[in-house]
Amino acid sequence: MITDLLSCYPLLTVLTFWPLLAALILSPVKNERTIRLVTMAAALIELVLAIPLLGFESRAGFQFEELIAWAPEWKLNYHLGVDGLSILMIWLSILTLPMCVLCSWTYIGRRVKEFHICLLLMTMACVGVFSALDTVLFYVFWEALLIPMYLMIAIWGSDDRRYASIKFFLYTLAGSTLLLVAIVALRITGGTFSIPELMTTEFSYGFQYWIFLAFFIAFAIKVPMFPFHTWLPAAHVQAPSAGSVILAAVLLKMGTYGFLRFSIPMAPVASTDFAPMMIAISVASILYGGAVALGQQDIKKLIAYSSVAHMGFVTLGIFLFSLDGVNGAIFQMLNHGIITGALFMMVGAVYERSHSREIVKNMGLGKYLPAFMFFWGLFGLASFGFPGTNGFVGEFMVILAAFRANTTLGLLVIPGALLSAAYILKVTLKMAWGQPASPASGGSWRDLKKKEWAYLALPAVLVVWLGLAPGGVLGLIEPSVEDTLKTFHQRNGRVDLVQVTSPAGRPEGLIIEENILPEPTVTTTEPAAAEPAETEMEK
Amino acid sequence: MDNLNFSLARLFPEAVFLALVLVQMTGSMLKNSSSSLANFLIRLCPVGALLAAVLAACSLSAAPQDMFYQGYRIDGLSQFFKVLVSLGYLVAWFNTRPQTTVEEELKPDYYLFLTLSAFGLLVLSSAAELVAIYLAMELSSYALYVLIPARTRSKQAAEAGLKYILFGAAATALALYGLAMIIATQGGTVISELSQKTWLVPDNILAVAGLTLFLSGMFFKLALFPFHFWCPDVYQGAGNETAAYVATLPKLGAVIVLIRIGTMLAPGQPVTTTLAVLAAVSITYGNLAALAQKDLKRMLGFSSVAHAGYILVGLVSGTAEGLAAAAFYAMAYVLMNLLCFWVIARISTDGRNLTYQDLNGLSARSPYLALSLLAAAFSLVGLPPTVGFIGKLWLITSAWGHGYDWLVIVVCVNTAIAIFYYLSLVRHAYSEETIYHGAVQSLALDKSLMSQAGAVILALLVILLGIIPSPVYGLLLSVVKVLTS
Repeated sequence: MITDLLSCYPLLTVLTFWPLLAALILSPVKNERTIRLVTMAAALIELVLAIPLLGFESRAGFQFEELIAWAPEWKLNYHLGVDGLSILMIWLSILTLPMCVLCSWTYIGRRVKEFHICLLLMTMACVGVFSALDTVLFYVFWEALLIPMYLMIAIWGSDDRRYASIKFFLYTLAGSTLLLVAIVALRITGGTFSIPELMTTEFSYGFQYWIFLAFFIAFAIKVPMFPFHTWLPAAHVQAPSAGSVILAAVLLKMGTYGFLRFSIPMAPVASTDFAPMMIAISVASILYGGAVALGQQDIKKLIAYSSVAHMGFVTLGIFLFSLDGVNGAIFQMLNHGIITGALFMMVGAVYERSHSREIVKNMGLGKYLPAFMFFWGLFGLASFGFPGTNGFVGEFMVILAAFRANTTLGLLVIPGALLSAAYILKVTLKMAWGQPASPASGGSWRDLKKKEWAYLALPAVLVVWLGLAPGGVLGLIEPSVEDTLKTFHQRNGRVDLVQVTSPAGRPEGLIIEENILPEPTVTTTEPAAAEPAETEMEK
Repeated sequence: MDNLNFSLARLFPEAVFLALVLVQMTGSMLKNSSSSLANFLIRLCPVGALLAAVLAACSLSAAPQDMFYQGYRIDGLSQFFKVLVSLGYLVAWFNTRPQTTVEEELKPDYYLFLTLSAFGLLVLSSAAELVAIYLAMELSSYALYVLIPARTRSKQAAEAGLKYILFGAAATALALYGLAMIIATQGGTVISELSQKTWLVPDNILAVAGLTLFLSGMFFKLALFPFHFWCPDVYQGAGNETAAYVATLPKLGAVIVLIRIGTMLAPGQPVTTTLAVLAAVSITYGNLAALAQKDLKRMLGFSSVAHAGYILVGLVSGTAEGLAAAAFYAMAYVLMNLLCFWVIARISTDGRNLTYQDLNGLSARSPYLALSLLAAAFSLVGLPPTVGFIGKLWLITSAWGHGYDWLVIVVCVNTAIAIFYYLSLVRHAYSEETIYHGAVQSLALDKSLMSQAGAVILALLVILLGIIPSPVYGLLLSVVKVLTS
C-alpha cells in the first residue's frame, strides 16, 4: 500500500520545485521575521519531503526516475532520476538550505525577502542539476543557478561586490557556452538529449576529443581547477556567508559531477588520453591552492584557496579511473561540502562579532569563545583530513588510489596534504591563542548563540559520523561508480581493468581497512601525512 | 477568373486593420485633435487589434489557400505572423499611451501611421510573390518614415528620420534592381515557382546576384550587418515609444519574407553561405559595438543587429526545423524587446533617453519593473529558463550538422560577450546607488497598475514560453513543413 503510494510520488520533481513554490508563497510576506520563519519551515518541509529518498537502493542504474515529454519536436524530455553519483549531492543541496537560513538570520539585515527568495531558487537549481537526466534540462538548471548567485554576491556582498559578481558571472557563463555547443553536437551526433542514452552511445575518437575539451572548459571553470580558479577567491570573499556556503558546498560540485556524468561516460577514450593533463592540473591545484592559502591574511580567502586544493583532490580521484579514486572523490565532494560550508558559516559568525575577516583582528578567541573554537577546531581538523573525521576518509582514498596508480604521483600529493594541515593549524593557532589586537575585542563578544549551535551541530555530527562509519554512504555510491568504471574500461578496450576494479563480495563499511592490508606502500605513507599535523598540534 | 480565389472571410484580420486605418484617418481630419471623439477613435485601436488577433488565431490551422493569382497566400505561417503583429501592435499601442514627446495635435496622425505600418506588415505576412512583398514592405516603411521624426523639437529625431529615409531609399533601390534581375533570368516572381529553379553560381549568376540584392532590402529592415547603420541612430533619435515599435514589428515582416524565400535555399549554396557569414559578422559586430554604449536605446540598437544575425542562423540550414526556429526566435525577439522598451518607457516619464545610470535603484522603486527588466535581459542573453534560451537552442540545434558548425560556436561564444552589457542592465537596476551622475534628477516612475501589470504579463510570457515552448513551436513546425514540402 505504502509502496504503491510512493511509486506514484514524483519525489524529485517535488524536491526540485517545492523551493520554487515556497519562494512564491514568500513573495507577499512583509514581516522580516516571518520571512525567515517561513523559509526555515520550507527548508524543513523540504527535508521531510526528501524522506522517501532514504529508500535509495544500493545498486547501479537510475532510481526515482520521472519522464515526461517536454518538446517532442526535438525529442526533448523532462527526465529526472538519481544514481550513486548524484544521491549525495542531492542530500547536500537539501541539507545546506536550513543551515543557510540560520546563518543568515542576523547576518542579512536588508532586502531580507529577496535574499531568501534567492536562497530558495538556488536550492531548486541545485537539486535540479543533480537530478536532471536530460542534457538540456541539466543546462537549464546549471545556468539558472547563476542568476540568484549573481544577485546574492552583487546585492548582499561586501565592498568589492561589483567586481566579484561580474567576474563570477562572466567566467562561469563563458565556460558554459561551450557546454551548450557540446550538448547540441551530442544531440545531432548521438541523436538524443537523454543523458542515460548518451552514456551508452559510443562516439568516434575525433568527436570525443572535441566534446571532452568543451566539457573540460565548462567544468574546470566551475570546479575550479588551476588556472581557471581566479573567480573563486573573489566571489567567496565578497559573497555573504550563505552565498559562500552554497558556492562551496554545492556549486563547485557541479563541475566535478559534470566530469563524472558527462566527460567520463561520453568521452571515455578521450578522457584516458587527457588523464595525464587532468592529473597534472589537479596536482597543481592541490599544491598551488595549499601554498597560496598558507600566505593569506584573510580567513575567508584562506578557506577559498583551500577549496581549490580540496577540489584538486576530487578531480585527481576522478581521473585515476580506479574504484577507490572515484569513490574517494565523490566522498570528498560530500565532505568538502560539509566541512567548507561549516567553516564559511563560522567565518560569517566571527565576522558578525569582529566586523573583520582578517586573522589579526580575530585572535585569542579561545579564551572568550570556547565553544566557537571547539567547532572551528573540529572542522579544521576535518579539513586537513585528521583521522576520525570524514575528511580523512575521502582524502585517504584518493591518496591511496594515487599511490596505486603511480608512486611518484602519490609522493607529489603528500605535500598537498601537509600544506592543508599547515594553513589550517596556522589560522587555528592564531585564532585560539594569539594575542588579541586590542584588549577590548573579544571580551565583549558572546560565545555561540542557540541558532549558531543549531547550524553547526549538524555538520559536526556528520563530520564525526562519516569519519567513523563511512561504509554506509560509500555503499550507496559504489555500485554506480563500479558500473560507470566498468563501462569506461570496456570502451577503452581494457578488459583486464574491468576485473580489477570490481572485486566481488566486499563487505560494506570495511572498505578502507581492506585496502590498507594488501598495500604496503600506503601504511608507510599515511602516518607521514598525519604525523606532522599532530606534532604541530602539540606545539 | 479562377485564379483570383478571393474570399473575404479569410482576409478578416487585414480587413479589420484596414477599417482601423480608415477610422484613424477620419480622426486625423478632425478639427480638434484632443476632443473626446478623437480620443475615442484612438481607443478603438486596441479593440481592433485584439479582434484581428483573434480572427487570425481562429484560422491558424485552416488549409492553405492561394489568392490573387498566387500572389497572396493564407497559410498557418502567415496567420501566425498576423497574430504576432496584431498582438505586438496592441502592446505597442499601450506603450505609446503616455506619449510625452508627440504634440497633442499630431496624436491622431501618429496613430494613423502606426496602424498603417502594422497593416502593411499584415499584408506582408501573406505576400507570396516578390512584387507583392515589395509593395507591402514599402507600405509599412513609408509610415515609419513619418513616425520617427515625430518626436517634437528634437534634432536627433529629425536626423534619425532622414537617415532612415535615405538608407531605406537606397535599400529599396537595391531590392528593386535585384527584383528586375530575378525576373529577367528566372522569368517569374512567385516564390513557390522560383523555388523550383536553380540558384547556383556558374549556371545562373545573374539570378543569384538578383536574389542577393533583393535580400539586401530585407536585411535593411532586419538591420543586419552591413545594412545596420541606421539602427542605433534611429533608436536613439526616435521617441522611446516609437523606437519600441520600430525595433520590433518591422523585423517580423522581414523575417517572414526571409522564411518564405528561405524555402528556396539549401545548405552549401553561395547565397546560403553568404547568409551564414553575414550572420556571424552581424552577431559579433553587434555585440562588440553594444559593449561600448552608454545610451540604453543605442545599446538595444546594436543588440538587435546581433539578434538579426541569430535569426539568420535558423535560415541557413534550410530545413523545416531551422525555418520554424527562426520564426520562433523572431517571436522571442519581439517579446523580449517589447518588454525592454516597455520598462524603458515607464522609467523615462518625460521621454528622455536613458543611460545605464538612470536605472540605478530601480528594484527599490519598483520591484516588478526591475524583475521584468531582469527577465528581459537574461532572455536577451539566452539564459534559461526564458524564451530567448529555448529559441537560441533550437536555432543552433538546427544549424549544427549542416556544414555550419562554426556558426554555432560563434553564436555560443557571443553569448559570453553579450552577457556583459545585458548584465549591466540588471546590475544597475539592482544596485543600491541612487545618486545620479551630474545634475540629472531622478525621474518619477510610472507606477500605475497598467504599467506594472503590462511589464509582469510580458515577463511571464518570456518565462512561460521558455518553459513550455512546445505548443508554439509545434505549430510553427507543422506550418513550415507544409511550406517546404
